[in-house]
Amino acid sequence: MTAVYKREVRAYFQSMTGPVFIAFLLAFTGIYFVAYNLSAGYPYFSYTLSGSLIVFLVGIPLITMRSFSEERRSRTDQMLLTAPVSLFGIVMGKYLAMVTVIAIPNIIFCIYPLIIQSQGVAYLTVDYISIFVFFLLGCVYAAIGMFLSALTESQIIAFVSTFGILLVLYLWDGILSLLPSSAISGLAGVLIILALAVFYIYHMTDNVVLAGIIGLIGAAAGIIVYIVDSALYENLLSNLLGRLALANVFTDITSNSIVDVTGIALYLSIAAVFVFLTVQAVQKRRWS
Amino acid sequence: MIEVRNLVKKYGNHLAVDHLDFKLESGKVYGFLGPNGAGKSTTMNIMTGYLGATEGQVIIGGRDILKEPEAAKKQIGYLPEQPPLYMEMTVREYLEFAADLKKIPRREREEAVEEVERLVKVKAVEERLIKNLSKGYRQRVGLAQAVLGFPDIIILDEPTVGLDPKQIIEIRELIRRLSKEHTVILSSHILAEIREVCDYILIISRGKLVASDTPENLEKMLGESDTVEIETETEPAVIEGALKNVPGIERVVVMEKTDGIIRAQIHEKKGEDVRARIFSAFAGRGLTLLTLRRLSVSLEDVFMELTQKETVPEAFIKKQKEIAASRTEEQPDVEDQDERQDSAQAEPKMEEDDPETVELRDEDGEEEGDDSSL
Repeated sequence: MTAVYKREVRAYFQSMTGPVFIAFLLAFTGIYFVAYNLSAGYPYFSYTLSGSLIVFLVGIPLITMRSFSEERRSRTDQMLLTAPVSLFGIVMGKYLAMVTVIAIPNIIFCIYPLIIQSQGVAYLTVDYISIFVFFLLGCVYAAIGMFLSALTESQIIAFVSTFGILLVLYLWDGILSLLPSSAISGLAGVLIILALAVFYIYHMTDNVVLAGIIGLIGAAAGIIVYIVDSALYENLLSNLLGRLALANVFTDITSNSIVDVTGIALYLSIAAVFVFLTVQAVQKRRWS
Repeated sequence: MIEVRNLVKKYGNHLAVDHLDFKLESGKVYGFLGPNGAGKSTTMNIMTGYLGATEGQVIIGGRDILKEPEAAKKQIGYLPEQPPLYMEMTVREYLEFAADLKKIPRREREEAVEEVERLVKVKAVEERLIKNLSKGYRQRVGLAQAVLGFPDIIILDEPTVGLDPKQIIEIRELIRRLSKEHTVILSSHILAEIREVCDYILIISRGKLVASDTPENLEKMLGESDTVEIETETEPAVIEGALKNVPGIERVVVMEKTDGIIRAQIHEKKGEDVRARIFSAFAGRGLTLLTLRRLSVSLEDVFMELTQKETVPEAFIKKQKEIAASRTEEQPDVEDQDERQDSAQAEPKMEEDDPETVELRDEDGEEEGDDSSL
């Protein structure tokens, strides 16, 4: 794992991707910092940071796009997968390298609240928590990007699909308001999600029976619950899918100074899920 | 050392590897021979744990590549068909990364890298980026990576493709040197190469193992040729006259005349050697012979015979069994016996729907019965 990690970190800085990502994020944040905090005198660095969120939409796909697609294209994955290293070790090595690249600008951000403090009042707790959550959010996005990179052999496709998904997540609140709130549409939504899950299980296992049984049991359970107590389905979609607006945990801190601990747990679990899915995606390819 | 049991790999409906079954001992050079697309690379990829098999097992030094992947992979150095190189690294960086990946202890790493650099002669380019190297050097760097840490088993997939003749000779020498302490498995579709470096050949065709033996035995198997070729300046009619009364000759085929020299092929009856008689017949009549030689069967013939035809020739299987049987008489070896049975299983499956197969299989059953009674 450490071998892969070291090589990846070095590769980020030997190519332009690492420096470009860091420079881009720092420059963007710097402009906001000057405008909000220095010129306008607003004492929260967290607010500045919320403006930088948009940089992630382009920046994260930039650092994740190569990770697995390029290995596969250049056949270097043969070296990794035939070496005495576990697949989980390889994936973690790569993921931690991305996390390291994301961490570097965030460590630099830690100076900014101190600059504010030197000019007067600063709210260090909120600022530092927001930097930490900003970093975690970057890690979640990176896990998603890494997973998408493991699905394709083309960096470009990996970049575009990651960008697309991050954009949808970013705009999720707006999309969510379009969703209907009636009970029956809640049921329909649940069934659609179930169908997607069943399709994914089928795709991964090639086992029609397993996927079919899970699908049928899930559908039956969903419909029975609907018949027994349809009120449960009201607003279900927006409640359920609302959690996907990942950035809300972060913006709650930056705009309202509310720290949602379950939100942080959500970040960590989503990152873990996508690391797991990446392992599965690579594994799947060896067997098909 | 390496055991491949009943290996099957399917890509959709396409059967890339079809019930492959063999056992390789340590300290030898093995050659996988087969036409393009025969399943050599796929087999190697499965053996090294890069691909998963649809069915079957690969056991490396007593460890299953799927159940104990790390322990099994530690014993293998692998050079795939396309060397797995990171173009943006220098040769040195790349080899250090490979050493790290192979878990060579930090203290020994420097030395191990130096050693393989000397071995494959890339020391002079160690500071250059791999993307700036020529194909020959890239291949060497890939080879260095496979040899690094000197694992017990070194698997090389077409190691000499794209190299110039001098480099090919160097790599062959390297393989020979490595074979003193390591098991080397290499694949190729170049016969001369396999003939020269391998102790043992496995011929693979359409995903099946069609033959496995030493190059010499493989040649023997097609049967010593029963054809003697002569060259002479005499007229065809005179040749036939001279040979008419020589015993043991089945028929004479006179070939075309080139530059006043006539070639003729003389087919012997079974078990006869007519060369001395031909000589005396010609000498007795005062005729000159420019050439008199038995046509030899080359590995090429074996290869063509086995991989081009739809079924394995009956005679070949028989011969293979005879040789195998005589060998076990000489030195009864348990592993050898297994191997023989394995290959015996592999061949008759050649063409499932061919009516001939039934015949082959029956015969095989008998043969196997004979074997076990030995």
